[in-house]
Formats: sequence, structure tokens, C-alpha cells
Amino acid sequence: MNNTVISVHNLVKKFGSFTANDNLSFEVYAGEIFGFLGANGAGKTTTIRILSGLSIPTSGEVNVAGFDAYSQTEQIKKNIGYMCQKFSLYEDLTVKENIILYGGIYGMSKSLIRERLIELLAKLRFQEYENRMISDLPPGLRQKLAFSVAVLHEPKIVFLDEPTGGVDPITRRQFWESIYETASRGITVFVTTHYMDEAEYCDRISIMNDGKIVALDTPERLKKQYNATSVEEVFIKIARPDT
Amino acid sequence: MKRFLGFVKKEFLHIFRDYRTLFILFGIPVAQILIFGFAVSNDIRNAGVAILDLSHDEITLKLTDKIISSGFFKKTETLLNYKDIDRVFKKGKTKAVIIFENDFGKKLISEGKASLSIIADGSEPNTATLVTNYTTAIVNDFTTELAGPVLNNSIRISPDVKMFYNPNLKSHFMFVPGVVTLILILISALMTSVTITREKEFGTMEVLLVSPLRPIQIILGKVMPYFILSFINVLLILALSWLVFDLPVKGSLILLLAECMLYILMSLSLGILISTVSGNMQQAIFISLIGLMLPTVLLSGFIFPIENMPKIYDYVSSILPPRYFIVIIKNIMIKGTGLMYIWKETLILIIMTLVFIGLSVRKFKIRLE
Amino acid sequence: MLKAVESSGISKKFGPTIALDNISFSVNESEIFGFIGPDGAGKTTLFRIITTLLLPDEGEMSVLGMDSTTDYKELRKNIGYMPGRFSLYQDLSVEENLNFFATVFGTTVEENYELISDIYSHIEPFKKRLAGKLSGGMKQKLALSCALIHKPRLLILDEPTTGVDAVSRSEFWDMLGKLRKYNITIIVSTPYMDEAIRCDRVALIQNGEILSIDTPQNIKAGFSRKLFTVKSAEKYKLIKTLRKNPEILTAYPFGDSIHVTLNNNTLDNSLYEYLVREGIGDAVIMEAEAGIEDRFLELMEKDNGITNKA
Repeated sequence: MNNTVISVHNLVKKFGSFTANDNLSFEVYAGEIFGFLGANGAGKTTTIRILSGLSIPTSGEVNVAGFDAYSQTEQIKKNIGYMCQKFSLYEDLTVKENIILYGGIYGMSKSLIRERLIELLAKLRFQEYENRMISDLPPGLRQKLAFSVAVLHEPKIVFLDEPTGGVDPITRRQFWESIYETASRGITVFVTTHYMDEAEYCDRISIMNDGKIVALDTPERLKKQYNATSVEEVFIKIARPDT
Repeated sequence: MKRFLGFVKKEFLHIFRDYRTLFILFGIPVAQILIFGFAVSNDIRNAGVAILDLSHDEITLKLTDKIISSGFFKKTETLLNYKDIDRVFKKGKTKAVIIFENDFGKKLISEGKASLSIIADGSEPNTATLVTNYTTAIVNDFTTELAGPVLNNSIRISPDVKMFYNPNLKSHFMFVPGVVTLILILISALMTSVTITREKEFGTMEVLLVSPLRPIQIILGKVMPYFILSFINVLLILALSWLVFDLPVKGSLILLLAECMLYILMSLSLGILISTVSGNMQQAIFISLIGLMLPTVLLSGFIFPIENMPKIYDYVSSILPPRYFIVIIKNIMIKGTGLMYIWKETLILIIMTLVFIGLSVRKFKIRLE
Repeated sequence: MLKAVESSGISKKFGPTIALDNISFSVNESEIFGFIGPDGAGKTTLFRIITTLLLPDEGEMSVLGMDSTTDYKELRKNIGYMPGRFSLYQDLSVEENLNFFATVFGTTVEENYELISDIYSHIEPFKKRLAGKLSGGMKQKLALSCALIHKPRLLILDEPTTGVDAVSRSEFWDMLGKLRKYNITIIVSTPYMDEAIRCDRVALIQNGEILSIDTPQNIKAGFSRKLFTVKSAEKYKLIKTLRKNPEILTAYPFGDSIHVTLNNNTLDNSLYEYLVREGIGDAVIMEAEAGIEDRFLELMEKDNGITNKA
């Protein structure tokens, strides 16, 4: 388990005089489901951008999937997957076209894409949807497909941004089961959300406030430490109101 | 009423807060007027002319002298035969060639008329128009001078104007009416359609609909600020074209402003109509720009004369409001005609406005969907 | 008791999609009534019908004693509506937004300041700031102030807590609670089951149908079986192992544990022994109280005939 895939030491990111990430240090392990929490504007987005090679740190050491976040951003991008709630799939393309497109973007061979496509459609019981437009799929299915596409190229880490907001309870559980399944294959799942009940599903969570990580542990231990019954309560006790 | 005024105030806040758009709103017409104005006023100083004098008599020499000494022209070359014309134009310095026919002076005295050709470089339409206009004016002036003391009153020099590269060029190239026509329909239709669809897109329309505001109050509230702004724009354009370009309004200023108001109103109601059929700002912008700007520029007679278009474009252009407004504004500003000559166009614009308002009020939904 | 909203047999289609299917419910005066359900359940469509923005295909809707189809003009004066996206003018300041909505409803901020003071005081220090530059939580408070400024008798909030962080969400519900004393009826929708507890009564809604209407306590109590939680470090293996056992009726991941119901509804040692046999030695099994989400799952299963047996 203790195979580190993300290691961050004293990460600082400044925008002019504003410090978005103030001396962050944490590690994430292979096959872990890591919840990255924080209020609006706490600095989560900045960190995710750095971890996914879209932004260069101001100072500190950051290593993602074995690559340096200053000099090897292109390699980082090849080894991660990304899914966010709002956009992930092209609505005006079919299921199949989306899969082929993403496979192509990540440089997978035609035969491998074909193989994964069949595998995926069978796993999700999606065969009948193969040639349907994404916009015609119910939201739950869309979400499952988006996740499968994000891990299509077997990345080392997949970033999920508020993955299950607004879906029905059954779809939500099916979704978390596929996250568990993905993690059991050794892929690290990095979840950002401000819905605390999503955090309860994670192996470990960190809570960010004003650019700093103020708590980092398993949900259970945090609840004990803060004498709370839910992560939400922990969060409210930690985070100051945003006004 | 208080509700309505509150709404209008909010619209003004939107407008003034978005200073970039505001700048474009007033900046573009000013820029256009200045660019056209300066480009034109500079070119007519010392424009190059070449003379092909096949007669070479006292009168032609006098006339040539008058043209060259006017200050508008500078003689580039004296040509010997027709073949030289092509060569001299290709060199580029010469904007026009003036040709006196054989026995010009003799004919003028014996027959009372002689002909003179002006061939202008049509590849620069602006200059060509001005050069020929100025030359013609000087020739006419010369004729009157000559006619009085020397001969009887019936002499005539008929200048025959030809364009060398662009024979279809209209001689009345007047951009101020065109700019006014284009700017007004763009600002009014584009801005109103965008401001209404923006409310739809940001979801604020839902709240407005659920409020006691009546649809007509929403529509008028949206239209009023742009009516005022567009009208200020008209005044600005007219003032500028008068100050910089010396273009006075020959006809009635009151009539002109009234016609402008009518045209603005028409454009605004067209904008509301656009907003009712477009779901988002992108569509509204697209419809306004492609649907209004291009036809206005290409088909309304702004640049290309309608007379020279194939019939089919003539029909298409007959449904474009700018076509009528351009006639109206040219008549008032340049020819100085009154309502008598433009009532038909005015009536068409009034009917169009009523149709657009009627359609938009009908199509403006009191509910979503 | 007086009814603020009474709906019977409301149906609405958009093309072939059935958005609302025979919806009937009533909302009592001055209660907080929640519609809980996922995106696409029909909450927004229903709210638009209540607020007179849409006409139903079938059914009757009476709002504040008026017909929502014919009396829309009068009704619109008495409703405060906050659509899904906080519908504020991004290029106007906090103050200007509030003043604008006050004028539109023919009132002034001063007149009803008392009603909003508790909410508005949070954002008043930023009153010169443009609404577009506010954080999610502040936008939410401003939108609520704007919806309340004309002292509506009925306040309709469509997913007011979506996209807002946990602290602001919690504060928001506290504010709604404080509005009770003004006898304003509040209808609110949310996809988050945990917010149901903050309502007097809730309707669980899914695929355009209401699954259940009751107080949150009664809805929880409606859970028909005994519920057990099973915990282990290896969650994925645990789920798969549980599903293989024929004694298990349902097994759903719920945060850090698995919620399980049993066919014979009684727990004995056999389940634990089975798990140990299957290599999950750290399993901890406990009986637990069902929550709203458990009940929602149960109702969905009944509705769709879904089973989650592997």
C-alpha cells in the first residue's frame, strides 16, 4: 500500500501577492481513494492544476506518478486521468465516438481502443447505447461512462471533481463501486468535492482552508478527533465561515 | 411607473458598467467618420492628372491651365496618343487623364459644343469620384466664364466621364449616410437582442417573469436606454461629419432626426424580435451580425449600387429596412429633398416597425418554454 | 389547516420525455417543505409550474388559494422565487441587485429590511462589490435576500445549496429556520438527502413521480427492514463477498461502511463467520438506524424492481 504516487513537500503557489497554496505537504499512495476537501476558494483548484501538470509551483517539491511537476508536466499528463461533473464527454458525439476520441488523445493503438471499447460496453451493460449520442443518455449513465473514459488509458492517478453531485442514490452507489473497483486495481483516485457525504467514502481525506491543509487522516479518525458524527460536522468545526 | 424607471435605471447600469462595449458603441462611428473623412480630404490635394490634348489650341491650353492651377491637381505628364493612357495609369501616380478631342476649340466656337473625356483610375473609387467631380466642376465653371464675354450663351463642353478599371462606380459615393444606416441598425438590434437573451441565459428572466413587471415594461425598459444611446450616436456622427468633413445637412434637420428616430425604433423592435427567436447570446449575436450587417453592407446600396445588381438581389434587398433608410437619409442630407420625395420609404419603415413590434409582443412569452 | 399549495394530478411532458407524471401533494401554510431527488427528477419543472412559469399538460395547481394558470398576475406578486442558478445580475453590485428587485416588486429595501437583515448582514460589508465577484455562499445569501425583499407569502427555492460549501449550506438552512416566525411558506428542492432533516415535511421525487411524502422522521421510520452496517478496510472485496451470500438482500456502500439488509431480517453469527471464512477477518457488523437515503433506495427498488444482487 505504501507505494507513493503523489508526493508534495512545502508546495507554495502564489499569484502576485496572493498565496493560493501555502506550504502544503502530503503524500498519496497507490490504489488509495484520497478526498481533497475545502471550502470555495480554499485553494483546491490551484493544487489540482499543479498536480495535473497544468500549472507550475512557485516553490516546493512536487512529484506526481514519478515525474517532476516543474520539468516533466507532459509525462504527468500522460499518466493521469481527469473527470469533472460539468464536462467530460462531448455531448454531440456518440458513446463509441467519445471512447475512440479519448483513446486517440492518449495515444492508444486502434486495436487496444477497440478491445477496451468492447470490454467497457460489456462491463457497463452499455451495448445498446454504443451509437447513441451522449446528450440522449440519462445523467447516471453519462457519469459512469465519463469515469470509464477517464481511466480508459489505465492512468496511475485519476482526478475526480465532484463526481456524484446530483445523481440518484442507486447510481451514486454504483458509481462508488466502480471507484472501489478501480482503486483495487491499483489506480489512485483523487477526489475533490465540497460535499462531505462524498468524503465519507474515501480512504483518507484532507481538509484545506485558506491555502493550508488543516486536517489529514481517515474519515473515522477525524470524526473521533473532532468528536463528530459526520465529516460534515468535522468540516464545519474546522472551516471558518466564508464571509 | 416606479417599477419601470427602476428597470430602466438597471439597464443603464449594465451599459455603463460594461465600458468596453460602450467604447465600441461610440468609438466605431467616430473612427469610421474620421478615417473616411481624412482619407478623402487628403487625397484631393495635388492629385496627379495627365493631359492628352489632341487639339492643342488656345482654349484647351487655357482650360488645362485652369485645372492645374486650381490646387487640386498636379500635372504628371503630357500624353501624345491614346496608347499612353494605359501606361500612365499603370505607373500609379496619375489618378485621371483628361482628353481634349481633335479641334476642340474650333468645334466649341463653330458648333457651340465640344467634348472632353475624363478617364479616372477606378481602382481607387473614392479618389476617382472626387477627381471627376472636381474636374467637371472646373470645366463647368470655365464654360460659364467663357460663354459670358466671348461668345453667345449656347456653348457647352460636355465632359464624358469614364472609369478606367472599375466602370460601374457610382458617382455619389457618400459614406456618412451609409455609416449612419449601418451603425444604427447594428447597435440597436444587436444590443437589444443581446441584452434580452443575456437575461435568459443567466436565469434572471425567470425572476423577472415571476415579478409583477409586465412584458411591455420589460420590453420598453430594455429598449429605452438604447434608443437614447443610438440617438446620441446620430448626433455625434452628424456633428463629426460636419466638423471634419464639411458635410452639411442640406435638407431639414428636424426631418432627418425624426427619420433617424423611426429607423432606430425599427431596429430596436427588430432586436427584440431576434431575441425572442434566439435561445442564447451567441445565437443573438450571430443572427444580428450575419443576418443584418452583411446584407446592410452588401445589398442595401451602401457600397454597391442596387441598379447594378442582378434582379434577384434587388428583390432580396427590398425586404431590408436599411435600403429604404439609405434612400431617405441620402435624399435629406445630400439632395436636400423634403418628405414629399421620401414618403414612400418612410411609410415602408413605419409598416416594418409596426410589424416587428407586433410580432415581438406576441412572441414575447409571459412564461418559459 | 390552510394550504399554501395544492396540486392534483399534475403531468408535464417535453416532447417524448415525461418530466412530471401525475403529481399530487399539498403544502401547509408556513411550513418548510422539501423536494428531495436527483437531477432530472422533475423538481425544476414542478417549481416552474408552481411559480406560473410553465403550464401543466394536465392536473390542477392551486397556489395561495389562486389558480396558477389563470391568476398568474396576482400570484406573481406574492411569490419569491430563487431559480437553480442564482439569478443575479453579475455586473451589478450587491446593493444594486437588491435595490433593483425591491423596485421591481414595488417596495424598498428599507421597508422590509427586518425580514432580510439576518441574511443580508452577512454580505452587507461587501455591498459595493459586483455580484459576479462574490463567493458561492455569498451569492446564495444575496439571491435569498432578493427573493425575500418584497415579503412574499410563498418562497420557492430551487436547489439553493448546490455548488455551495458545507459551512454556507449549514448557515443557509439555519436562516430558513429563522424565517418561520414571519409565516412564510418555504418550498425548497435539493438533491442532497442529508438536507431532508431540515424540512418539516419532504417529498421524495424520482423520474417525475413522488415516491413518498411525510415528515423526515416518518420517512426514516418507513424503512421496512432491519439495517446493518458492515465495515472492513477492504471495502471492494467486502461488497463483492457480501453480494455472493444468498442471505443478503441488499448491500450498498454508504460512506465508510456497507449498509446491508438480510432476507430473514435477523442477524446471527453466520454472517460474521461467512466473512471471516472468505478472508475478511476485520469485519465489524452493527445494527443501525436507517436514514432518508436508505429509505429512498428502498422505494426506488420497489418502484423499478431493481435488485442489486450480483
